[in-house]
Amino acid sequence: MQDQDVTRLEAVATNSAANRQPLYARRTKIFPKRASGSFRQFKWIVMAITLGIYYLVPWIRWDRGPFAPDQAVLIDMAHRRFYFFFIEIWPQEFIYIAGLLVMAGIGLFLVTSTVGRAWCGYTCPQTVWVDLFLVIERYFEGDRNARMKLDAAPWSFTKLRIRIIKHVSWLVVAVLTGGAWIFYFADAPTLAVDFVTGNAAFIAYATVAVLTATTYTFGGLMREQVCTYMCPWPRIQAAMLDETSLTVTYNDWRGEPRSRHTKKAMATGASVGDCVDCNACVAVCPMGIDIRDGQQLECITCALCIDACDDVMGRLGKEHGLISYSTLNDYDANMAIATRSGSCSITPELIRKPDGRFSEKLSHFHIRKLLRPRTFLYFGAWSAVGVSIAFALATRDRLELNVLHDRNPQFVLLSDGAVRNGYTVKLLNMVPQPRTVVLKLDESFEGASMTIVGAGDANVLETDVALEPDRLKTIKVFVRADPQALDGTTRSFSFVATDKATGERADYTATFNAPEKRK
Amino acid sequence: MSEKHIDEVSGVKTTGHEWDGIRELDNPMPRWWIWTFYATIVWSLGYVIAYPAWPLLTSSTQGILGYSSRAEVRNDLKAADDSMGAYRLAIKDKSVADILADDQLRSVAVAAGGAAFKVNCVQCHGSGAAGSQGFPNLNDDDWLWGGKPDEIQHTIAHGIRFTKDDQTRDSLMPAFAEVLDGEQISQVSAFVASLSGPVRDTSMIEPGKTVFAENCVACHGDNAKGNRELGAPDLTDAIWLYGGSEQAIVAQVRAPRIGVMPAWNARLGETAIKELATFVHALGGGEK
Repeated sequence: MQDQDVTRLEAVATNSAANRQPLYARRTKIFPKRASGSFRQFKWIVMAITLGIYYLVPWIRWDRGPFAPDQAVLIDMAHRRFYFFFIEIWPQEFIYIAGLLVMAGIGLFLVTSTVGRAWCGYTCPQTVWVDLFLVIERYFEGDRNARMKLDAAPWSFTKLRIRIIKHVSWLVVAVLTGGAWIFYFADAPTLAVDFVTGNAAFIAYATVAVLTATTYTFGGLMREQVCTYMCPWPRIQAAMLDETSLTVTYNDWRGEPRSRHTKKAMATGASVGDCVDCNACVAVCPMGIDIRDGQQLECITCALCIDACDDVMGRLGKEHGLISYSTLNDYDANMAIATRSGSCSITPELIRKPDGRFSEKLSHFHIRKLLRPRTFLYFGAWSAVGVSIAFALATRDRLELNVLHDRNPQFVLLSDGAVRNGYTVKLLNMVPQPRTVVLKLDESFEGASMTIVGAGDANVLETDVALEPDRLKTIKVFVRADPQALDGTTRSFSFVATDKATGERADYTATFNAPEKRK
Repeated sequence: MSEKHIDEVSGVKTTGHEWDGIRELDNPMPRWWIWTFYATIVWSLGYVIAYPAWPLLTSSTQGILGYSSRAEVRNDLKAADDSMGAYRLAIKDKSVADILADDQLRSVAVAAGGAAFKVNCVQCHGSGAAGSQGFPNLNDDDWLWGGKPDEIQHTIAHGIRFTKDDQTRDSLMPAFAEVLDGEQISQVSAFVASLSGPVRDTSMIEPGKTVFAENCVACHGDNAKGNRELGAPDLTDAIWLYGGSEQAIVAQVRAPRIGVMPAWNARLGETAIKELATFVHALGGGEK
């Protein structure tokens, strides 16, 4: 035992149930200490990836030819198109986006039921940006103790200078955050130049201003309050956890009874747990809670307390994992061992063999425990939606034909006794290349011919229609039928559009109306 | 009941009101709520200064921004007009035939003409321009005064039998009840009806043809194909303004009903009339 290495921190878990202030009281500031360890390392990597995606994706180029933007990911509101690499989505194809949202939802269920609130702890923008803001804060103000000291110090020139630099840096990050957002909605290089030279649209500046304000406020000022008071996810995610979900757990079956003076306590023969009550886990917590109080709504499972505790345990020569990712089942089983199944006090000796190592009876997490009907079901639903989207995307039409019969008049009697019906024909060319399609009436409609207003010859059986790239073309078509060919008052027939080059085909079954009695 | 009272459980002051032993805690408002409340007060002060707010006897305070929702509507309407300005100018400069040949202009003119039609024309010609008895169907290919673009434009501009306009389309079919006897009228009606369909008494066709040749060809032509100069309808086709039965033809020969259409030039102006002509021409029956 070398507990002289471990300094006890005077950390108070301001947001734990016992210390929490009422809503109308001023927020108690939290000064999270810098943690280091494998989870902190992992969080740095996740932060780099997520921020990298956010900032860099709009700058990726993707050649779509001369008739479409060359930005890989672009939400083109003005033209109502969404571009994602090789996929182009029209507004009526929003079902794919809806599918992605369904996948995101089920994916969140899947992740939560297996590894708990991993979304909150690692990838949620709030978490990532607060982390980023904390990096800046630490850079200018120092780590926990220095920051607390500075905060408590009276206002001085130095304090003012440090605070101004910190807030300005936060604002710069906030502006860059808001600034990156707008690049998803317009050609990034053009917009960047326009934005800087003051030529961008008002909405661009307004968006950046709003996102700057929210980023600065949420990331810099409100921090954990966003998660605790504003976000509905903690409530929803808590409901999705079960006893086999991994959560950040303080294993009090080996930690209690905690003691600050282990050697003295052992010398007197008292039984002591592994927890030396150094408060390292409290000091690093960005949410201001004490994980040793058990599962709490405020805990975002960022796992920094695991790093802090493992560090202390390592220095004490004890096993890592006093705080660890653990399932409720394992925890309960181990707790039962430590408490002799029913006693209310924990006896740490029960979980160890006489030589000091852990007893074999202890439950440990194994990856197999994640494989259970619930996770299979989630994964099945998640992948079913994914496969459906992929299939639908691969087989979707890129040429569409819609026909609208004139509402009034339903038909027109011509001077030679023939009957004419009017149609609004809409041809959608959903690829960014110009195309020529042949529009024709199906052969079964004998004696019928069509005339396109403003184009081509009158009374033809088929005609070429030039379609602009990525555009809808609306044409007015009159179909004329001889009275002999009309046996009833109405009949149906098809318009068929065929791409001259690729043979892609679209058809639409329309109705032809005629008067009941012909003179 | 307003003495100070502290709730024992929570240690919070109550409002002092009591209902059957139940007291209301007097917790302070959450800070964010208070701040929001103060912010709305500050906002409203600015609003009252900047925008019309306080009602006076006959009007209201105007606010220093001079905002008015009527002015906003005026500006919006002007902006909408301005955005169509280039098209309007092009339509004014070009003939209806040229407008019809230009895809872009045609679609603009058809839309604008359609709107003008709904305001000015549907009362007689119907919302689908299909007319009714006595009011011609504008969708079909049968034209009384001509279906070419400039002919349609002229008809709309100057009207039909509209005495206040010098260039109006004008003609008058006499009442043949004063010229022919009942027998002759039945005969000529049977002949006219036979040109586009079967008749009850085929023996009347031949004498009717003679009556037609003596009285009607001047306007309706030797072959009864009509004369657009005079607005005399084609009697051989399937389209009838006042009905195509022998009975309806008899009635029309005896005492013709004559339609009148007002001239729209003064009211709508040249551009709108060109748009209307384009719209009517594009209904499907327009001639080249």
